[in-house]
Amino acid sequence: MTKLPKWADVALVPLISLMLAAIVAAIVLVAIGHDPWNALKVMVDGALGSPYGWGYTLYYTTSFIFTGLAVTVAFHASLFNIGGEGQAQLGGLGVALVCLSMPWPHWTLALAAATLGAAAFGAAWAAIPAYLQARRGSHIVITTIMFNYIAAALLVYLLVDVLRPAGQMDPASARFPEGANLPALNEIPGFNLIFEKAVPANVTLFIALFMAWVVWAILWRTRLGYEIRAFGKSETAARYAGINAVRITMIAMLISGGLAGMMSINNVMGEAERLLQNSSEGAGFIGIAVALMGRNHPVGVVLAALLFGFLYQGGAELGLWTSIPIEMRIVVQGLVILFTGALDMMVRMMLGWLFSLSQSAESVGAK
Amino acid sequence: MSVSTDAGRQATAAPTAPYAIELKGISKAFGPVQANKDISIQVAKGSIHGIIGENGAGKSTLMSILYGFYKADRGEIVINGRVTAIPDSQSAIRAGIGMVFQHFKLVQNFTVLENVILGAEEGQMLAGSLAKARRVLRELAEEYELEVDPDALIEDLSVGHQQRVEILKALYRQADILILDEPTGVLTPAEADHLFRILRGLKEQGKTIILITHKLREIMEITDTVSVMRRGEMTATVKTAETSPEQLAELMVGRKVLLHVAKGPANPGATVLDVENLRVKDDQGVERLKGISLKVRAGEILGIAGVAGNGQSELLAVLGGMQAGTGHIRIKGDEIDLTGKHSNGQTRRARGIAHVPEDRQHLGLIMDFTAWENVAFGYHHAPEYQKNRLFMDNDALRADTERKMATFDVRPPIPTLAAKSFSGGNQQKIVVAREIERNPDLLLVGQPTRGVDIGAIEFIHKQIVALRDAGKAILLVSVELDEIMSLSDRIAVMFDGRIMGERDPRSTNERELGLMMAGVTDGGAA
Repeated sequence: MTKLPKWADVALVPLISLMLAAIVAAIVLVAIGHDPWNALKVMVDGALGSPYGWGYTLYYTTSFIFTGLAVTVAFHASLFNIGGEGQAQLGGLGVALVCLSMPWPHWTLALAAATLGAAAFGAAWAAIPAYLQARRGSHIVITTIMFNYIAAALLVYLLVDVLRPAGQMDPASARFPEGANLPALNEIPGFNLIFEKAVPANVTLFIALFMAWVVWAILWRTRLGYEIRAFGKSETAARYAGINAVRITMIAMLISGGLAGMMSINNVMGEAERLLQNSSEGAGFIGIAVALMGRNHPVGVVLAALLFGFLYQGGAELGLWTSIPIEMRIVVQGLVILFTGALDMMVRMMLGWLFSLSQSAESVGAK
Repeated sequence: MSVSTDAGRQATAAPTAPYAIELKGISKAFGPVQANKDISIQVAKGSIHGIIGENGAGKSTLMSILYGFYKADRGEIVINGRVTAIPDSQSAIRAGIGMVFQHFKLVQNFTVLENVILGAEEGQMLAGSLAKARRVLRELAEEYELEVDPDALIEDLSVGHQQRVEILKALYRQADILILDEPTGVLTPAEADHLFRILRGLKEQGKTIILITHKLREIMEITDTVSVMRRGEMTATVKTAETSPEQLAELMVGRKVLLHVAKGPANPGATVLDVENLRVKDDQGVERLKGISLKVRAGEILGIAGVAGNGQSELLAVLGGMQAGTGHIRIKGDEIDLTGKHSNGQTRRARGIAHVPEDRQHLGLIMDFTAWENVAFGYHHAPEYQKNRLFMDNDALRADTERKMATFDVRPPIPTLAAKSFSGGNQQKIVVAREIERNPDLLLVGQPTRGVDIGAIEFIHKQIVALRDAGKAILLVSVELDEIMSLSDRIAVMFDGRIMGERDPRSTNERELGLMMAGVTDGGAA
């Protein structure tokens, strides 16, 4: 197979994959009797056409950056962390416990403490599968999937029997105290000039972007990141270099779980302001697609998170303004994941073939 | 001594019968890389024709074209006087071509018979084919010394016997032309001798044999004619009787090459490595090292000879901290922890042990990492590679890599290139540079020149000898007897996890070592 030039690899392949996904989505829309062009217009208008739409798109993006980074870090250690969903829900528990523990005098203090709580709970939830993988060889894919279910069940129990205030009907924690409420973008000086209406996107967005930088720095600028990447590329070579497999597996999964847990400062603390059942809403799984599409690089993850944020918000708008069923959002996401993830090799091979054709055409032309 | 450097012409006088194989102007490019450039050879019927060349010279590509794996861009293949198209391996088999690959293509848990008929079954039921194969195998065994138990499972056979099965497979498919790709790489000298007897027998029966190898000695020993390839071109075809190893080496590399390492006498000092009763069990609980004791002194090279798989890998793994063991290892008199949690590659390096591992692609290098990342591999905690407590100093690392690449003549000298983009020889130079430049007390070297071209072999050998002359201890493990004999100051032979004995390279010979490698102990006073 011809090796693709770098620009084609990082930019052209995802773009073509996206277009293919869009074409198939359009065919599906036509098949169920809708106008795909109009649908696209509604999605773009709703997600990107106004500051209000951006406020939602960026809110989703924030969550996806965290879960995408979580998958990325584990992936570089050759660990497939499918447990972002459960780790994020446990992170939510950490946030709730911190926020409800005292009347916080200022949101910055609450944010710092809640971030630690979220990361600690997420990391702890990842630690058990990590330990089982490192010491017992239980496959991390299986154990992290199972831990998603355990997390969901655990939270149902806690929300129904422990955290629910007396007299409240729905399974949710009490509302967080005033001092633990994070400023949304429309409440931050400077940004409030752009965002006039109340939006869910909040200060967590900047933490997410900062964490993207931190992940990049860890992976490519520290000894730890060097060891993580070396271990992920070749376990036997890592042993030759004296890299401790157990240690790297544990640390990579703790960072991964911590990042997934930190997602809940965005939704639990920044938006819902109380802990709800199924708080992560599938963002843990979207993180897998985001990391895949972002080529497991923080910059790619941020861009892919933005794309999925757009799809999420645009899909919601479809349900709002057209008679297209809201499930179409899941269809579109599914297609994007299918084409950017599973069928990535297909696009790559087609491109490689085209490149080799153009090369041989050039060499013929040169004669 | 006549050498035809013109690829299109033939040095031998053309016999009247058509050639078994004639390649005319074969060219094949992979993208910008011209793997084969206008290659023509003629191989006479009933002869053994050698093809020799460095790694990446295009030997394998040429044979893959002949066996239908690749399609040539230009040129034609003439078999027994007829132009033959070979679009796939089935056509190659139909044309009477059989191939014995370097890495055998056998089903491990099938019997010999089942492997022989695999792909050549006649009909839905196997009984008929099996009976026929049993009969044919018996005939072939008598004719060519190709005895193999037809009902043995492949996984129970020695490597030499597995290779015989590969040859039998080809003969069963009525191959008249047999291509062998580096057939002796995995064999003991005795097994190699047996293989050569088989090949001579096949030749007497009128079969044509093409032998691909990088070992000059084998070419000299068994071939009738030899073609030399360099950078995709056929640089010469000569009669073996009219050439010499030195001339062939020069034709392969394009310049004069020292085939034997120039080294002065060793000047051994104090004992650096002292191994006593070292034992290692593998994951299945099988003992792979059964009480090894040896000493390596400063300023000497101890060579460990042996057929692959007799415990040499485990010896290197334990010494290098990759595997736990029991017994004693002392470095300059200090005991080394063999089982504890601090027994790993990092702590070994801290004790002055550097390790050029046997398998550079899976151990010594991370193939996806850049050259500069690989130069830090194992030494990524070294203070000179750190910017501060938190971050590594990648710029310093790249500068260091550039310097090492210049000293060790790594080509191309580009630190940001991925390790997998370098040739085998240059990959090995990166590993050797990394380990030797640490100025270790003890250097462990496993198969330093496996898959490395002649030019780089010469260079790497020189570096190892230079380190010895600088007063360092060197433990060399190699399955290449030539390499052991020319580099070592003392030779220890390993068989079945034990040291069979020690010999002085000046007073021993390949026959004696070969017997020891096969586990025969009564080869003389130890």
